[in-house]
Amino acid sequence: MNTLAVTSPRRRRVDSLARWALLAGVVLALAPLALVLLYVLKRGVGALSLSFFTTDPTGAFFGDQGGIKSAILGTIEIVALATAIAVPIGVTLAVYLNEIGRKSKLAMTVRYFVDVLTGVPSILFGLFIYIVFVVGGMLTGFAAWKGSAALALLMLPIVTRTSEVSLALVPDSLREAALALGAPRWRVILRVVLPTALPGLLTGGLLAVARASGETAPLLFTVLGAQATTFSLGAQMNSLPLQIFNDVREPNPQLVTRAWGAALTLIVMILLINLAARLAARRNHLR
Amino acid sequence: MSTSKTKSHQTSKASGKGFGVKVRALHAFYDDNEAVKGVDVDFPANKITAIIGPSGCGKSTLVRCINRMHEEVPGASAKGQVLLDDLDIYSLGIDPVAVRRTVGMVFQKPNPFPTMSIIDNVTAGPRLAGVKRDELHERAERALCDAGLWNEVKDRLNKNAGGLSGGQQQRLCIARMIALEPEVLLMDEPCSALDPHSTLRIEELIVKLKSRFTVVLVTHNLSQATRIADYTAFMLDGELVEAGPTKRIFATPKNIRTKEYVTGKFG
Repeated sequence: MNTLAVTSPRRRRVDSLARWALLAGVVLALAPLALVLLYVLKRGVGALSLSFFTTDPTGAFFGDQGGIKSAILGTIEIVALATAIAVPIGVTLAVYLNEIGRKSKLAMTVRYFVDVLTGVPSILFGLFIYIVFVVGGMLTGFAAWKGSAALALLMLPIVTRTSEVSLALVPDSLREAALALGAPRWRVILRVVLPTALPGLLTGGLLAVARASGETAPLLFTVLGAQATTFSLGAQMNSLPLQIFNDVREPNPQLVTRAWGAALTLIVMILLINLAARLAARRNHLR
Repeated sequence: MSTSKTKSHQTSKASGKGFGVKVRALHAFYDDNEAVKGVDVDFPANKITAIIGPSGCGKSTLVRCINRMHEEVPGASAKGQVLLDDLDIYSLGIDPVAVRRTVGMVFQKPNPFPTMSIIDNVTAGPRLAGVKRDELHERAERALCDAGLWNEVKDRLNKNAGGLSGGQQQRLCIARMIALEPEVLLMDEPCSALDPHSTLRIEELIVKLKSRFTVVLVTHNLSQATRIADYTAFMLDGELVEAGPTKRIFATPKNIRTKEYVTGKFG
C-alpha cells in the first residue's frame, strides 16, 4: 500500500466534520441578520410611497399623519455635523498615535482611554452633553448641534481606532522611501502615508457614520425632536431614530407602520453608505 | 555656515562629478547593540564600491549612516564622522533632510508609492524639495531615460506604478532617486528581490551611472561585486576587515577571513 497517497479515513472524517461545523457557524451568524432584514422589509415596505418621503409628520393621531421627510433630513444634518467634528480629530489623533507617539507612555495612555471610550454606553454621551450644554449655564435648551456633539463623542473612538489600524497597514518601506528622498516627516505623512491609507480611513469614517446614524439615546436628551423640517442646527430637529422611537410606541397600527418604514429607510441609507465606501476604496486602489 | 556649504555643494552638480565619501571611526547602535564598531572606509568619487559580508555584519547599517537614515529607526544612534566631500554630515547644524537630497538611496525591495502614477513617483523627490512645477516633467523624463525605463513607460506615465514588473519598479525607484540629482547613490541590495534578467539590466545601469555619481552598493552576491564594483569592502561582525580594488580583494586578499569569505568557506 502506498502510504503517501492515502488519507486515513479518520482524518477525512475529522476534516468533513470541521467543514460542516464552520458552515454551521456561518449560517448561525448570518441568520439573525437575514431575519432582521427580511422582517423590516416585510413590515416597512407597505409604508413606502412618494409622499412618505416628501412630507413632514403632522403629529396627528388620526387622519393625515404625514411622512418622514424631516426625519431623513434631520439625520443627515446631525450626522454630517458630527462627522465633520469627529473625523478630523480622530484622524489627527490616529496620526499622532501611529506616526509620532508610537509606544511612548502618552500614546499608550491615550490608546487606553480611546478603548475605554469605545465601551462607554451611548446614552452616557447624551447625558454628558445634556448636563453640560442643555441644562448647564449659558447654553441651555435643546438643539441639533448638541446632538451632533454627542454623536461626535461616540464616533471619535471608532474613527481613531480604525484610522490607526489603516495607518499601521501602510508599509514602513514607503515611509523610508519618502524620507530617503529628503522629505520632512510631516510631508511624508501628508503626501505618502495618508493617501496610501485613504481607503481604510474612508471605511473607518463611514463605519462610524453608519453607527452614529442609528443611535437614539444620545439624541433624546440633546435634540429632543420636532415635526417640521429645519435646516437650523441651533433648533430642535427630527431624526430617523427618534421618529422610529416615537412612532413605534403609538397605539395606532398606521403610526407603527410608519416606524417600520422609517427603519427600512434607515437601513437602506446605511447600506448605501457602506456601498459607497467600498466603491470609493476600490476606485482609489485601481487608479 | 554648514548649510550654506551644503548649498554650494549642490550647485557644483553642474560639473557632473559625484562626491567622494570618507567614513571615519563610525559606530552605529540599535539601543545598546553596536552594529557598526568603528569603521574607517573610503568611497572614491565616480567609482562603484561594493560592501560585502554575511547577513547581520552591519553593511546595511553602514550605508544607512551615509544618508542619515539610520537614525530614523527607533532607538538607533550613530557617532563618528561621515565626510561628504570633506563636509561631516554628522557635525552640528547639518539637516538630515538636506543630506538625503544629496545622498540618494535605493532599497532592497522596490518601493514605489502605490497611490501615485509613474510620473508622480519620479517627480516625488523634486516636488518634496520644492523644484518648480514647469521643470518637473523635463527632469522626470531625463531620470527615466537615465534609468533605461523611458521607452517602456512613456505611453503610460499616468498609470499607477503598481502595474510595473518588479525589475521595472526597481528601475523606477532608481529614476525617482536620480531625479533628485544627488551626488552619491546608496544601493542596499537592489537586486536581491529580482530575477537574473532584471538584475543584469540594473547592473548595466549602475555601471552607466558611475560617470555622474559615486555608487555604494551593498550586495550579498559576490559575483555581482566582481562584475561591476571597482572597489570592494568586506565587513564582518560590525568591523571592516579589508577594503581595496575588487580584483585584489578577490585574487589576493591579505586577511585570512576575507580569503575564506570570498572563496565561499563561510557566509
